Amino acid sequence: MEAILLVILLGPLVASAIVLLGQNQLSRKVVHSLAIAAVFVSFCLSIYVLYLSIWGGLGVHEEIVYTWGVGGPFTFSIGFLIDRLSALMMCIVTFVSFAVHVYTIGYMDDDSGYKRFFGYIALFTFSMLLLVMANNFMQLFMGWEMVGLVSYLLIGFWYQRDSATFASLKAFVVNRVGDFGFIVGIAGVLFFAGTLNYLDVFAQAPAIANQGLWVTAHQYVSAPTLISILLFVGAMGKSAQIPLHTWLPGSMEGPTPISALIHAATMVTAGIFMVARCSPLFSLSPTAMSFVLIVGATGAFFMGLIGIVQTDIKQVVAYSTISQLGYMTAALGAGAFAGGIFHLMTHATFKALLFLGAGSVIIAMHHEQDMRKMGGLARYMPITYITFLIGGLALSAFPGFAGFFSKDAIIDAVGMSATPGATYAYWCVLLGALVTTIYTFRMIFLTFHGKPRMDEHTKSHLKESPWVVTFPLILLAIPSAVLGGIAVKWLAFGDFFGSSIVNRAGDAPLSLMSEEFHGAWQMFVHGFSTWPFFLFVIGFVLCWVFYIWKPHWPAILQSKLRPAWFALDHKLFWDDLEVGVVMEGSRRLGSALWRWVDDGLIDAVAVNGTARAIGLGSRVIRHIQSGYLYHYAFVMVIGLAVMVGWLIWR
Amino acid sequence: MIGLYHYLGLGGVIFAIAMAGIFINRKNMVLLLMCIELMLLAVNINFVAFSRFSGNIDGQVFVFFILTVAAAEAAVGLAILVVLFRNRRSINVEEINRLKG
Repeated sequence: MEAILLVILLGPLVASAIVLLGQNQLSRKVVHSLAIAAVFVSFCLSIYVLYLSIWGGLGVHEEIVYTWGVGGPFTFSIGFLIDRLSALMMCIVTFVSFAVHVYTIGYMDDDSGYKRFFGYIALFTFSMLLLVMANNFMQLFMGWEMVGLVSYLLIGFWYQRDSATFASLKAFVVNRVGDFGFIVGIAGVLFFAGTLNYLDVFAQAPAIANQGLWVTAHQYVSAPTLISILLFVGAMGKSAQIPLHTWLPGSMEGPTPISALIHAATMVTAGIFMVARCSPLFSLSPTAMSFVLIVGATGAFFMGLIGIVQTDIKQVVAYSTISQLGYMTAALGAGAFAGGIFHLMTHATFKALLFLGAGSVIIAMHHEQDMRKMGGLARYMPITYITFLIGGLALSAFPGFAGFFSKDAIIDAVGMSATPGATYAYWCVLLGALVTTIYTFRMIFLTFHGKPRMDEHTKSHLKESPWVVTFPLILLAIPSAVLGGIAVKWLAFGDFFGSSIVNRAGDAPLSLMSEEFHGAWQMFVHGFSTWPFFLFVIGFVLCWVFYIWKPHWPAILQSKLRPAWFALDHKLFWDDLEVGVVMEGSRRLGSALWRWVDDGLIDAVAVNGTARAIGLGSRVIRHIQSGYLYHYAFVMVIGLAVMVGWLIWR
Repeated sequence: MIGLYHYLGLGGVIFAIAMAGIFINRKNMVLLLMCIELMLLAVNINFVAFSRFSGNIDGQVFVFFILTVAAAEAAVGLAILVVLFRNRRSINVEEINRLKG
């Protein structure tokens, strides 16, 4: 078993090392074959591990590979914790990664950084696997930072562009804010539980619930609340939750395959995975759960709203990603941990599909991303259109598609949750469904329907993308359509995760709902008579009216609702606040500190001042040193007399 | 009757003369060496006087040591003086201030 796990984990790392070190020697064909082979082997073995953990009676399998360090009573090891949760995550990561690897051959074909790119995504696969397979918080943190690093490298992949380097730095810095909370949370775990090993910590969870800290003289915080909120701050950074979400739309500066793999399907879900993994801790604290729920639900609704006014096709999908991550987070906060993971899985497939579809459109449009210059593409690119439509239907939760089962489960779970703030959250996620439909179909209608608005040159070159691009689309379209219906029985309502996900709060909404669950077919039929479906219909009709029937209406509406449009176009001003106040402010502060404190005080006074004072003093004292023997003798005698006198008369 | 204090007084006077010689003399390096010798002799007188009046022979033994060292010191000092004169063609104390920083 250890050998299998090591192959899964280290295969992509070895491939990445070979590719990155041998960039100049290896040919393109060798590079992409190597990377794809490594990730494909990982994928197949992950499927095998998942099979073992479901039907093979693997249970919760912990494996310690080696001890990394021992400090006092603490032991840090590198190891694996394989249960259904991590096995499922491994399959999702390697599956999407595989699809994206294949897709990259087509998308990056004319790019000079082709080989470097393969090296990076293979490295990403390794880091993400390290993260999900970890058996302790230290290793989780290591993977966490490594995916952040690869994300930084890939957002800034086209480093010649100023905007790309800015975006990569922004992503890195915003993630640092989250990681600060995260590492303090890990320190909290170590402080209260005395170990970082998952199983040991979770076994002790009820015991540490009685502990706590006086944060201020009057404010007592229990240990689970403290740890959970701090850990969740890390998740907010990585999973782009309000208010640390601004880096994700910026990350679209990177190549599209990366947007699909890292910034939609896998890395950004690391926070969701982490919270689900730590469910025994989170569920002990109603405060933390409420915090998670409200942050998630707020993001789910308001970030979707921003998506409605974006004109860049990738930006729409990016805001939709933040919104969907908000859904997952809300599910976690509502106590429906399994629902969050379920949505994570379906979202990984359909959002990767949407991004890759958008990438296919971008290839055909000669790297034009503005939807106002598209239109009518359905005729030229049928495969892309159909797969994109499947992804869109899954995203907007049309009954039967993957997103429907997971999102409906989440909306109902939030509605039934007893977590404080659930009413507000319920309205957010419910109205979020309407918003989702609007931005999804606005995007589809603008891109694929209506009159073509591109110039003649582009239009004459429009054609379907090559098979390396369409094959991953089809590969991802299949699970986007059917995965939800197949998996809903086990993942959302069955006790699939067993002891991996524990809700200690005792009001797990999913188990209440499972009493009314009579199979996927029933849920599908029932889905046509629920509010989310009515909202879908309303959204769809609105989009149809605005973008197909009366294409000149959006401009009129925009001028009528100028303030609202202005606010949304400026991303609810949060970006401006972050860049203008926080970033510019700290830059000014830094420059002031540099000029006044560093240059003025430390350099001028402390460092050069000392030297200058010594120089000045010695210039005066130097006159004593005349060089005449009799002066020295005189001083000696006087000194002797003084000392003897002092000894006698003291 | 000549007592201990007379001897000590003599020693003190000789020492003071030697010190004055070191400070006041600005011309001749040889004089400087002689003054240092004189100082040692002043100390010797003190030793002998104390030894004689306290009835302890140790002080007189010390005087022999000091005389030996003084002789060696005079030899080394004169040798340095000769080398100095060869290099600078002068033994004028006023001109020797190479130690100045």
